[in-house]
Amino acid sequence: MSQQKNPIMGWIDDRLPVTVTYEKHMSKYYAPKNFNFWYFFGVLSMIMLVNQILTGIWLTMNFTPSADGAFASVEYIMRDVQWGWLLRYMHSTGATFFFIAIYLHMMRALLYGSYQKPRELIWLFGMGIYLALMAEAFMGYVLPWGQMSYWGAQVIISLFGAIPVIGDDLTTWIRGDFLISGATLNRFFALHVIAVPLVIVALVVLHLLALHEVGSNNPDGVDIKKHKDENGVPLDGIPFHPFYTVHDMVGIVVFLIVFCSVMFFFPMGGGFMLEYANFEPANGLKTPEHIAPVWYFGAFYTILRAIPHKLTGVIAMGAAIAILFVLPWLDKSPVKSIRYKGIVSKTLIPVFGVAFAILTWLGTQPSSGEFLHLINNTTLARWLTAFYFGYFLLMPFYTRMEKTKPVPERVTGGH
Amino acid sequence: MSQDGVNNSRRLLLLGSTAAVGAVGAGFVAVPFLASWNPSEKAKAAGAPAKVDISKLEPGAMLTAEWRGKPVYVVRRTAEVLDMLDGLADRLKDPANENKAQQPTYADNLQRSRQPELLVLLGVCTHLGCAPKFYAEVKPEPFDADWQGGFFCPCHGSRFDMSGRVFNGSPAADNLIVPPYSFEGDNVLVIGIDEETA
Repeated sequence: MSQQKNPIMGWIDDRLPVTVTYEKHMSKYYAPKNFNFWYFFGVLSMIMLVNQILTGIWLTMNFTPSADGAFASVEYIMRDVQWGWLLRYMHSTGATFFFIAIYLHMMRALLYGSYQKPRELIWLFGMGIYLALMAEAFMGYVLPWGQMSYWGAQVIISLFGAIPVIGDDLTTWIRGDFLISGATLNRFFALHVIAVPLVIVALVVLHLLALHEVGSNNPDGVDIKKHKDENGVPLDGIPFHPFYTVHDMVGIVVFLIVFCSVMFFFPMGGGFMLEYANFEPANGLKTPEHIAPVWYFGAFYTILRAIPHKLTGVIAMGAAIAILFVLPWLDKSPVKSIRYKGIVSKTLIPVFGVAFAILTWLGTQPSSGEFLHLINNTTLARWLTAFYFGYFLLMPFYTRMEKTKPVPERVTGGH
Repeated sequence: MSQDGVNNSRRLLLLGSTAAVGAVGAGFVAVPFLASWNPSEKAKAAGAPAKVDISKLEPGAMLTAEWRGKPVYVVRRTAEVLDMLDGLADRLKDPANENKAQQPTYADNLQRSRQPELLVLLGVCTHLGCAPKFYAEVKPEPFDADWQGGFFCPCHGSRFDMSGRVFNGSPAADNLIVPPYSFEGDNVLVIGIDEETA
């Protein structure tokens, strides 16, 4: 600490803990040195959050939140507002890439047990972000007031109607009308633009504070704080800044190249990101031929559809999301990382990833079709739904019974 | 500050009563926020009945009317269709209108209608609210090899017969709703009003 302190910084630090905070979260936040590819997605989600907030604010400047004006104002943004098309495609493509980053970020947690003790709260805050993000994306998709906006809102809000006794009144309360109308659009606009973003940002802050309190996990799932040097710095840790900030820049650049390729050349994502039926204004008298959610809701929509009973289907869909919240208490394994878990976990974790991807795909397809000409979509959806729940509900048993490998004292790999 | 001589039970009482009064106050403050989400007076007033001219509706054809922003299907059924309704009972979830909320009393019959041939249904699937499509022809369909004509919901595959009764194996649990309706003369259908107006 022989450094001469900048007098201006000193003046500020006596009044606001800027330097201390910077050191705690950046220059003296020691992250394990063996981070791999999977560790890019946290920062990438953050980049997408900033993109959504920034482009979102600019879109509100020309968007008209009313049933009469919404559709036309989106066309106005696309055709007449200078660079409006780019701002809108940055926002709509950003939603997809936000979910890509979040899903891979969650897969990372699954692979390396990042939700296990002592990181349960990080996982819970993260799940809160995921839930808020789903609400945010759903309400955002309603705003352009196209056919899919309208009928997607109709289906999703009707889900609440499955709740016994209060269901019908609850759906009327959410819609603010006896059908999806301008009242629904206006409140969704308010929630999408102000309320939910505030919640998401607050949860991101809590997610990071909780992370920096216990420290980052790593691909080996070993605690780097067990071995420290004479200054109390973990031997396997490196300061987040400059090492990981520079390292992450490579990931960010590659991610943005992919992002821009999709945004400029496939802004509709083949109908998976912006559906063709949504280029037709909302019509409350006619449901589109094939109604499907945007891709990132596919898995849960498939689970809803797999069950031929309204209330049970809704409960199953809710349970599929709810069960993720309790994941830290389902995994009873003494080790964190897939590298040292037993053969059952080692097999099931990647299989789960594939199953989730297929469930997602099925959600975008008609339920009467066939998957790869092999099996009826509904039959496959039912098997995969059973697997989805089995994977989590049996986890306390197979993670306890399987034989794990010894975990090394120090991290392996890294530079 | 000294903690000596603190009356803990009194402190607890004050803490508890302040919290309780505060919670009640927060409850009152929540009322305008929650109640503002209910349908406005304007939305409630928009429930005017819809009048539809049915003189040009051919046997076997359907027209879609709009009532309170929702689609209403009006079908003039043929004699063959009416004869077939009774035989479907064992394939239906609620063939005898057990759920009384799905139709007015005057439509609580086999045809689910005032005039046997004229079917009036709310075109809102009882599953998740999509508008079912009308498949009138009796022929094998991808969704039902033994299709006898009726309505098929494209969203989640619920199937209904030619009087809006739901088939077994559909995600929907209830029959399509018959809205209140009456007639003005022979050719005008009034949706939204129960009593005949002379």
